[in-house]
Amino acid sequence: MSLGNIRQGKLRLQKWYLATSDKERKKMVRELMQVVLARKPKMCSFLEWRDLKVVYKRYASLYFCCAIEGQDNELITLELIHRYVELLDKYFGSVCELDIIFNFEKAYFILDEFLMGGDVQDTSKKSVLKAIEQADLLQEEDESPRSVLEEMGLA
Amino acid sequence: MGTQCTGTGSWPNCSTSTCWATPPTLDSDLSQGIQPVQGLALCTLSTMGSAEMCRDLAPEVEKLLLQPSPYVRKKAILTAVHMIRKVPELSSVFLPPCVHLLHERHHGILLGTITLITELCERSPAALRHFRKVVPQLVQILRTLVTTGYSTEHSISGVSDPFLQVQILRLLRILGRNHEESSETMNDLLAQVATNTDTSRNAGNAVLFETVLTIMDIRSAAGLRVLAVNILGRFLLNSDRNIRYVALTSLLRLVQSDHSAVQRHRPTVVDCLQETDASLSRRALELSLALVNSSNVRAMMQELQAFLESCPPDLRADCASGILLAAERFAPTKRWHIDTILHVLTTAGTHVRDDAVANLTQLIGGAQELHAYSVRRLYNALAEDISQQPLVQVAAWCIGEYGDLLLEGNCEEIEPLQVDEEEVLALLEKVLQSHMSLPATRGYALTALMKLSTRLQGDNNRIRQVVSIYKSCLDVELQQRAVEYDTLFRKYDHMRAAILEKMPLVERDGAQADEEAKESKAAAQLSEAVPAPTEPQASQLLDLLDLLDGASGDAQHPPPLDPSPGGALVYLLDLPCAPPPPAPIPDLKVFEREGVQLNLSFIRPPENPALLLITATATNSSEGDVTDFICQAAVPKSLQLQMQAPSGNTVPARGGLPITQLFRILNPNKAPVRLKLRLTYNHFHQSVQEIFEVNNLPVESWQ
Repeated sequence: MSLGNIRQGKLRLQKWYLATSDKERKKMVRELMQVVLARKPKMCSFLEWRDLKVVYKRYASLYFCCAIEGQDNELITLELIHRYVELLDKYFGSVCELDIIFNFEKAYFILDEFLMGGDVQDTSKKSVLKAIEQADLLQEEDESPRSVLEEMGLA
Repeated sequence: MGTQCTGTGSWPNCSTSTCWATPPTLDSDLSQGIQPVQGLALCTLSTMGSAEMCRDLAPEVEKLLLQPSPYVRKKAILTAVHMIRKVPELSSVFLPPCVHLLHERHHGILLGTITLITELCERSPAALRHFRKVVPQLVQILRTLVTTGYSTEHSISGVSDPFLQVQILRLLRILGRNHEESSETMNDLLAQVATNTDTSRNAGNAVLFETVLTIMDIRSAAGLRVLAVNILGRFLLNSDRNIRYVALTSLLRLVQSDHSAVQRHRPTVVDCLQETDASLSRRALELSLALVNSSNVRAMMQELQAFLESCPPDLRADCASGILLAAERFAPTKRWHIDTILHVLTTAGTHVRDDAVANLTQLIGGAQELHAYSVRRLYNALAEDISQQPLVQVAAWCIGEYGDLLLEGNCEEIEPLQVDEEEVLALLEKVLQSHMSLPATRGYALTALMKLSTRLQGDNNRIRQVVSIYKSCLDVELQQRAVEYDTLFRKYDHMRAAILEKMPLVERDGAQADEEAKESKAAAQLSEAVPAPTEPQASQLLDLLDLLDGASGDAQHPPPLDPSPGGALVYLLDLPCAPPPPAPIPDLKVFEREGVQLNLSFIRPPENPALLLITATATNSSEGDVTDFICQAAVPKSLQLQMQAPSGNTVPARGGLPITQLFRILNPNKAPVRLKLRLTYNHFHQSVQEIFEVNNLPVESWQ
């Protein structure tokens, strides 16, 4: 399963749960982007691509795409995408594309708290957000709180 | 520490050797007890753990499965899923904890456990059987979720933890498949979920959809299946396009197995033909075509033909051929059938398959009572539009064949039509001259004109003129026809009527003709597959040949056959429809020594008199085995010999299985056949070599 955001053809995030070579990934991303961007607004959120099903949803200027296998449930995948967007929204506070561009590692981190190996880890929004909060705190503790001036002994 | 693993997602996959997260580091991360660190380590392992890493760290992950903290446990479980995918043998490590984990109440752990069990069951039938015993427990968990387990934290749009529900339903599907007992255990629960789930939002519909998939895949009661199909039928009426899409896709999968249940939703399906989204209308079309049967064919065809007129271009071809196929299968009357095909040709003529023209002419030709009707309708259609080639071709053919009926004027089935000869000729000429007409079409038109010369009352000057013009046409095919027809007028006028008589009905055995073509092709390939000679065998035979013929040892030695796979030569014997074989040629015993015998039997296939097939059979009635048996043969120069590989090189003692070997001799000049044979074998611990000539072959083998 892979997840990517694109806008006018720019890939912002991608997560691969299947081992593929870089070259193959680039090719797949290009293809997928072409196919999804060609969709008209009144079309349904599912399309068939290669031997997979692609579930996509547009949120403002971003497309969120998820490739699933033949026996997977498309409707629950839509919920999955929505949940991820909700998590981003809650964390960043009314998330917009810039948030994702400048804090992409956080976006990945949130994704990694929500999904693992392509499967949902925790179905509680609260639980996921709490974990991210704690990780943030941990990072802040770890990072030295001293400013440059302090280090030079001038503050 | 924690920062080591940030941005895991953007790392290359672990097959590249640049992956630096070596097991010792991960190992210590996993065991040092700081939850975020453990979490990140598990994440890394699950995303990019190689097979060796998985094997090495499996014990650590197993320990973490039993830790008190749910945060780490849920991740450990999903890491185990990945490990099993990478190293299937680890299933034995992670299977035992599952049953215990199912008792957990934490949704994340429960979800992970169910995912893990699903993975185990998909990989091993033994695991599948093992986990069948938890079906009642799963049923209970789901029931609790649906009835009393309402918790705002995990629910979406009022549906309790849809992710967990879907996962449980999926596992139940796998466990219940092909298993009566399990299916029965979950029957009531599935009915409950199917009826009680809130369908106002996508979350509920997602659960409902998964329920339907499960019901259809297990051994469910008939009533439950109908319920499932009805849910899909309701989905079709949902305003959400996505829901309609999954409904159409699922119904398409079910239309064969649950035909009558799906039939009930036919009107809704037909309505979906009007969808603006092409992927939906395409599925609706496929489904509609699958739902046509003899009782609804008239109504369905009407709808489908209406759809054909307005459908998007990329669906036209499928729609047209679908209609034609359905018409062929279910046409209530011939007239209806002809009308339907006619309509398809007028609406979507350019999109029909090539054989549509042949099919229609065949159909019309066979329906004698409808000749007048057909020719009139086709004439009218042609008069309106000469651009649709298949239609023009059929119309031209029809007018040519039944032009007399066209001019008669009387046909009860349509309004009386007054056509005069000049109009008919003018129309055909128009087709001939039009730049829209394909060469084949023009051929049809010219031939039709020619046929009319015997069908019409008036004089044939106009026709003769047209034919004459086309004698110098640039299209060679057309030119040839015109020249022939002109000659027919000028020199063979007395034969013209007989030649241009109404055609007899063509036998519709196109399929059989194909079969025969294939067979003859296969036979041709086999005879070409006679491979090149191999050197060593050839030189040995040359030695034998020298003994036989003495003089002129030129390179004309018979090329021996490489052991061809699967007895290709023998297959050639099995030529179909062979006439009864002539009287069999008597066998000949050519060699006997200490209980070892060599016998020759002869076959001359009637289709090829120059061919003689000899089967040499070596038998052993002695007390000792014959081993390493090799038989070589040579024939006079005027003959060609090919030898197939023997069936073996051992003949067991006391009448054990004989060795057979096939010789193929080509004798086009009917020269007397002589053989020189050389046998080598081991018998009673002695090596034997025998060389001898066989001159007394029965006359029938070569005359």
